[in-house]
Amino acid sequence: MAKFGRKGKGGTPAISTASLPDIVFMLLFFFMVTTVMREVSMKVKISPPEATEVKKLEKKSLVSYIYIGPPIKALINVYGTEPRIQLNDAYAGVEDLGEYIIAEREARDEKEVPFMTTSLKVDKETKMGIISDVKQKLRDLNALKINYSTKKGIKPQ
Amino acid sequence: MGRSKRGVDEINAGSMADIAFLLLIFFLVTTTMDVDSGIMRKLPPPIDPDMPKPPPIKQRNVFTVLVNSNDMLLVENQIGNITTLREECKDFVRNPSNNPDLSEKQDPEMLDLIGSYQTSKGVVSLQNDRGTSYDIYIRVQNELVAAYRELRDELAMQTFGRKFNELNKGQSKAVKKAIPMMISESEPRNIGGSVK
Repeated sequence: MAKFGRKGKGGTPAISTASLPDIVFMLLFFFMVTTVMREVSMKVKISPPEATEVKKLEKKSLVSYIYIGPPIKALINVYGTEPRIQLNDAYAGVEDLGEYIIAEREARDEKEVPFMTTSLKVDKETKMGIISDVKQKLRDLNALKINYSTKKGIKPQ
Repeated sequence: MGRSKRGVDEINAGSMADIAFLLLIFFLVTTTMDVDSGIMRKLPPPIDPDMPKPPPIKQRNVFTVLVNSNDMLLVENQIGNITTLREECKDFVRNPSNNPDLSEKQDPEMLDLIGSYQTSKGVVSLQNDRGTSYDIYIRVQNELVAAYRELRDELAMQTFGRKFNELNKGQSKAVKKAIPMMISESEPRNIGGSVK
């Protein structure tokens, strides 16, 4: 009896918060590992089109990005509203693609080169002319795996 | 001596949680969680000028989709609609009644796991204008990919009782062989109505 009687005396003790920092640090490390830092500062505005047949891009380290879209608001005064190509952090022309793809290839292991994918992040208002030029150039460069970046949307009707 | 007996005062760790939270919030704000997804396609390899030209494909085996600069569709020389494109494409590839206007079938072939199957000779040819908008282009691509995906799903359902992307490697390879995704894109040209 005495054994049980002792319990409950003196109210409930305060929950120790000593392990709270550890828990939060665990969360922190989880986020640090799972997320990617924004690699480039966007100079073009992109609202991707929607599609239903999307596939996830795997192996992000093997993906090179090409951004095409109208310049962001802050740069409209200088560059106008015509869609432009952005590679890394700067505007580029179709002729710069060769250099970019070769640089991307050299940064990877030789064995991984055939698995490299080029992701085209294009604004939906863009006309196909500029995209066709890019595609043609990629074909010449033998960068054949491409991915049209889209949002996973509802069935477009 | 007296000092070491007392030991160093314990550092108050009460604010540790706050610091950690601050860091956590910083990372939450600066990083992106978005998963990149999109439609995977493969471009045709560059044309080798020394290679002999491939034999021409019969007209009935080509399902032409043209998109002009006003985002209008011309499917098999008739004005088409994006909502019916998927069914039309499926009908073209499947051709259940052997309609002479739709795609031809190859001679029955024995495929692993599936058995005798007549693969369609049909090729989808997508052509767009330089003035076509990217939005409509992606929607057309999406419909065409969806048509093939549904055809594969149907075959997978019939033979294995499961959807295509739930199949194991060998099965999905067999289905892919029975229904190859034949979408070819010709080089763009000014089909008409183009703003030059």
